[in-house]
Amino acid sequence: MSEPRGSESPEHARHPATGGGLGPVGEAWSGLPPIVRRLLPLGVVLALALAYPYIVSDLRGFGVAGDFFPQLSSVVIILVFTMMAVGLNVVVGYCGLLDLGYVAFYAAGAYTAGWLASGHFQQVNFHLGSVGISSEAAGIHISLFLVLLLAGVFTAAAGIVIGLPTLRLRGDYLAIVTLGFGEIIPQVVRNGDDFGGFNATNGTFGINPIDSPGFGTSLSDAVGLPASFQQSFQRERLFYWSILALILFTVFCCVRLRDSRLGRAWIAIREDETAAAAMGIPLMRTKTWAYAIGAFFGGIAGAFYASFKSGAFPSDFFFNISVFLLCMVILGGLGSVWGVVAGGVLLGWLNVEGLAVLGSKFNDAAGTNIEIAKYQFGIYGAIIVVMMLFRPTGLIPEQRRKRELEEGVHDESLYEVSK
Amino acid sequence: MTAAAAQPDEAGAGATLVAENVRKEFGGLIAVSDVDFTVPAGSIVSLIGPNGAGKTTFFNMLTGVYTPTAGRIIFDGRDVTNKPPHAITELGVGRTFQNIRLFEQMTALENVLVGMHSRLSGGIIRSILGTPGLRREERGARERARELLQYSGLSRRDDELARNLPYGDQRRLEVARALATEPKLLLLDEPTAGMNPQETAAFIDFVARLRGDRELSVLMIEHDMKVVMGISDRVTVLDYGEKIAEGTPQEVQRDERVIEAYLGKGAAA
Repeated sequence: MSEPRGSESPEHARHPATGGGLGPVGEAWSGLPPIVRRLLPLGVVLALALAYPYIVSDLRGFGVAGDFFPQLSSVVIILVFTMMAVGLNVVVGYCGLLDLGYVAFYAAGAYTAGWLASGHFQQVNFHLGSVGISSEAAGIHISLFLVLLLAGVFTAAAGIVIGLPTLRLRGDYLAIVTLGFGEIIPQVVRNGDDFGGFNATNGTFGINPIDSPGFGTSLSDAVGLPASFQQSFQRERLFYWSILALILFTVFCCVRLRDSRLGRAWIAIREDETAAAAMGIPLMRTKTWAYAIGAFFGGIAGAFYASFKSGAFPSDFFFNISVFLLCMVILGGLGSVWGVVAGGVLLGWLNVEGLAVLGSKFNDAAGTNIEIAKYQFGIYGAIIVVMMLFRPTGLIPEQRRKRELEEGVHDESLYEVSK
Repeated sequence: MTAAAAQPDEAGAGATLVAENVRKEFGGLIAVSDVDFTVPAGSIVSLIGPNGAGKTTFFNMLTGVYTPTAGRIIFDGRDVTNKPPHAITELGVGRTFQNIRLFEQMTALENVLVGMHSRLSGGIIRSILGTPGLRREERGARERARELLQYSGLSRRDDELARNLPYGDQRRLEVARALATEPKLLLLDEPTAGMNPQETAAFIDFVARLRGDRELSVLMIEHDMKVVMGISDRVTVLDYGEKIAEGTPQEVQRDERVIEAYLGKGAAA
């Protein structure tokens, strides 16, 4: 995957900003053509990521260090939240709209999957490309690949509906109202089992089981594609590669949008709303698009996760998650797509496995018995504070912010992924 | 809107901008009081007056930042009184700000590209797909942006972040960005504030050249009388929100009320 309008910068990037003080490796590196330098790190990371299911058991057997490699099922969860963070980055990082209620989009996506790919609506019997279930089963069963798209579209529409009244507000006021929506949606979901007799969300019990993605028996017989992820012996690998593909899709879209007319308008609004309006940018429409696109990816990730967990439960949608996703964005670098991916993977890993592993290592070494995972939000808070003190622009700063700090360096932030 | 359509005869043919009885109140404060105002097509008009006279408020009404309490604003034969800023920009009003308001973390080139927003068409799907048509549009836009920067005296500054430009260049970039909106009327809010005499002289030349090259009208707020008297076709004077004088620079210079407003009572005698 390439940065589309990146062709603008290499001309200027080739000037000898990276000269001086490089070892032989560095010289060989800068001798490579720019296109190789741009794509090689990404290719290496991608190759490793694709191969991870094959090497994970070897890696985990690697003595003390082995424990630091997460299990495949954990990686799926990490990547789901990373994808949400990349979506949130469009709203917060590009457009500068502080959204504290992103979890609402996660919920909307998860429940779309619940409605369109489970036996929840017993009164109907609708099947469209569903796999792994009898065609007699009651409920709406649409192919999960289609449901992912529908969840994205539905959530984007929800984003527009939420955005139209709230996006007239600026700054802190917007943050407070989004916080409200982030609380309202889970409450609606929790109490949505009786809308005048209509059971929309099945209340606190949630909706389950939710169907699994798959290609169906005919494609399976013909080309060997898995019929149903859930019933495959390679279930986790299939989900892992799927979420990897979804993340790449998200990153690709976000990079393309960043360098587009719309992306420039978002950043202009972030920089100075009044001036942006005076330059002909319709504020409401442009902000609503940011909201809708952020919601789109959040909805897809939510639906995917619901399918992976095979259920959508109201207890999943805590305010904590909104803050957690925001931490990923800030840690990675506001506005920097690759930074957010790095921040998301790091914080996600800490959340799912890392803290527990670090805690047990610490306890083994110090002979104590502290349950470190209990202090997780304190630890995330400390990480953010330390980041703000020593590296306020994030792990991989957005290019323009970085340039502000290091004048004249025109490197693409993309390179640092492999470091 | 129907009234606006019938307007042009009455408003005087060839007027780019007509403001009729425009009034703005902030609570009990009358910032602009029933001002009638015209910018003839192709002319350079200056708006002067002591600090707090309501000049910038008047500007903000013309560009849609504020909605007038009463009165109408007609631009290019169309009623724009209640239109939002982006719609007015789209119709052909470009502006700069009294305190420079560039997009600081964007490069000079990107600032100009943002100015072109309403003249480009790239949407979401096309941007993601990177269609040939979109690529062509982007290439063309960048080409035009470079030309505009060069025209405004900012060559080889393309990739400099706006905030890192020297003060004079930031002023120039604001004008370049406003020109990128392809205005028929350019509003300049104290464009030479903070410039030294050489920069000011260069700026006067630039505005004069601009009018010739681009067939646009210019309305500016300005405190430097050398600038005002040097290039204005007409001058309007505001004081305490009221229009106290209007005419050619020479007429205004001799007007007693103007002298009084600037120097105090008795100074005219």
